[in-house]
Amino acid sequence: MIDVNVYLHRWPFRRVPGDEPEALVAKLRAAGVTQAWCGSFDALLHRDIAAVNSRLAVECRKFGPGFLEPFGAVNPTLPDWQDDIRRCQETHSMKGIRLHPNYHGYKLDDPRVVELLSAAAARKLLVQIAVTMEDERTQHPLVQVPHVDLAPLVAQLESLTALRVVVLNAFRGAKVDVVDKLASSRRAWFEIATKENVAGVEALVQQVGHERVLFGSYAPLFIHESAVWKLRESPLGGGQLEAIQTGNARQLIGAA
Amino acid sequence: MIWDLHCHLSGVTGRTPAERMGRLIEIADRVGIERLCFYMGMTWTKEPTPEDLQKQNDEVLEALQHYHDRAFGFCYVSGDHVEKSLSEIERCIAAGPMVGIKLWVAHHCNDPAIDPIIRRAAELKAVIYQHTWLKTDGTTYPGESSPYDLVELAKRHPRTPLILGHTGGQWELGIRAVRAYPNVSIDIAGSDPTAGLVEMAVRELGAERVIYGSDCGGRSFASQIAKVHGAEISEREKRLIFKENLKRMLMPILKAKNVQV
Repeated sequence: MIDVNVYLHRWPFRRVPGDEPEALVAKLRAAGVTQAWCGSFDALLHRDIAAVNSRLAVECRKFGPGFLEPFGAVNPTLPDWQDDIRRCQETHSMKGIRLHPNYHGYKLDDPRVVELLSAAAARKLLVQIAVTMEDERTQHPLVQVPHVDLAPLVAQLESLTALRVVVLNAFRGAKVDVVDKLASSRRAWFEIATKENVAGVEALVQQVGHERVLFGSYAPLFIHESAVWKLRESPLGGGQLEAIQTGNARQLIGAA
Repeated sequence: MIWDLHCHLSGVTGRTPAERMGRLIEIADRVGIERLCFYMGMTWTKEPTPEDLQKQNDEVLEALQHYHDRAFGFCYVSGDHVEKSLSEIERCIAAGPMVGIKLWVAHHCNDPAIDPIIRRAAELKAVIYQHTWLKTDGTTYPGESSPYDLVELAKRHPRTPLILGHTGGQWELGIRAVRAYPNVSIDIAGSDPTAGLVEMAVRELGAERVIYGSDCGGRSFASQIAKVHGAEISEREKRLIFKENLKRMLMPILKAKNVQV
């Protein structure tokens, strides 16, 4: 099983059970995870993104070599962000990057985003975009962060034919018609951490096709068992379960 | 096995209450849920009229008809309509199969005007569930109660068991708010499966005051079950939360109604 939505480092607003890398890796392995794509919670608010990415790469190697796959953060509002994307690939051998447009204060129709996505596509880096990090109703009163509006991404995917995007934590904030349009591009994928409703994964498969669905837990902030039990809650047959758990993600990272 | 405190007929496909109930039972079976408590009907309004209350209770009664061995019903009442609420309690609980009451939004539960509802429910040994949500984004519904409102209610009725719905939404505050009031238990349903909620609740309140619920069909059974399965607590504590605490609260009224479980 490949978990495409995992974080290292500290959630800024409370300590979370399993937020030490050894504990997290042990928990994921015990659940049958064979690879975890990791970003960093530090990337949300830290401005020294280069140091965050460096720590992420070092800790992935130290605590889960071949298991924790680092996805560095790039913030296109920072000066010389272009060197962060270069370091992610050339220094840290990352297969992808993870964007947090809402915490970093930009919209997806920002001209700098076009440049960033173009650069990632040219480097064949996977791009993960996190739509939501926390229920908007429970956010710290001094840190109110809106969902990311994915609508401009439809046009980006049309114009950048080498771009491949994995949307994280989509389902509190993303509009149904936008998800449909992104899925139609056949170069956007969705993971299940925030997919709710009873048998929600079954409904998602009916909406976008099982080829577009990935296993993601958002551990350790979300309890890892949530994503595991969602697969049990939805009847998935005919190769759908294997594709969602492993096959789709393996194919994606294999091409990176 | 699991008893689910918090289920709805909304957020699931089906043209009738019975169809929706059937669909929910089918999904509940996949994840090991043995009993489900239902309240409110197929379509909700945030300021229900007396007719809305009756209609939604009728829908739950209809849904229960073929599933008495799996589901319990709670009577939907409102502080905006005390007389109608009392008559619905007589119809649905005293003379009907329901075993609890549900108070949602529209009227803050700290208002003493709702006391007749609480007293009558307590006389019948009905379980009393109050929705609460503390929100930081300004989307509070008219009359939506907070944990602080429920504390005022709990102080006026110190011997009546009450349930804090959704652990108050912001659970770090909800747990602290009710900590000193042993007649208040918490419902963990209807929020994201954030790690640490159940651990804090058990640490601060004791496992005996923590009750599993899902808030299905809008929520996944799975995400809510995971809050308990994935918590760093003992197996005994998990059994209490998943089933034994709710069963203990329901047993007096189930015995009074000669319901075998």
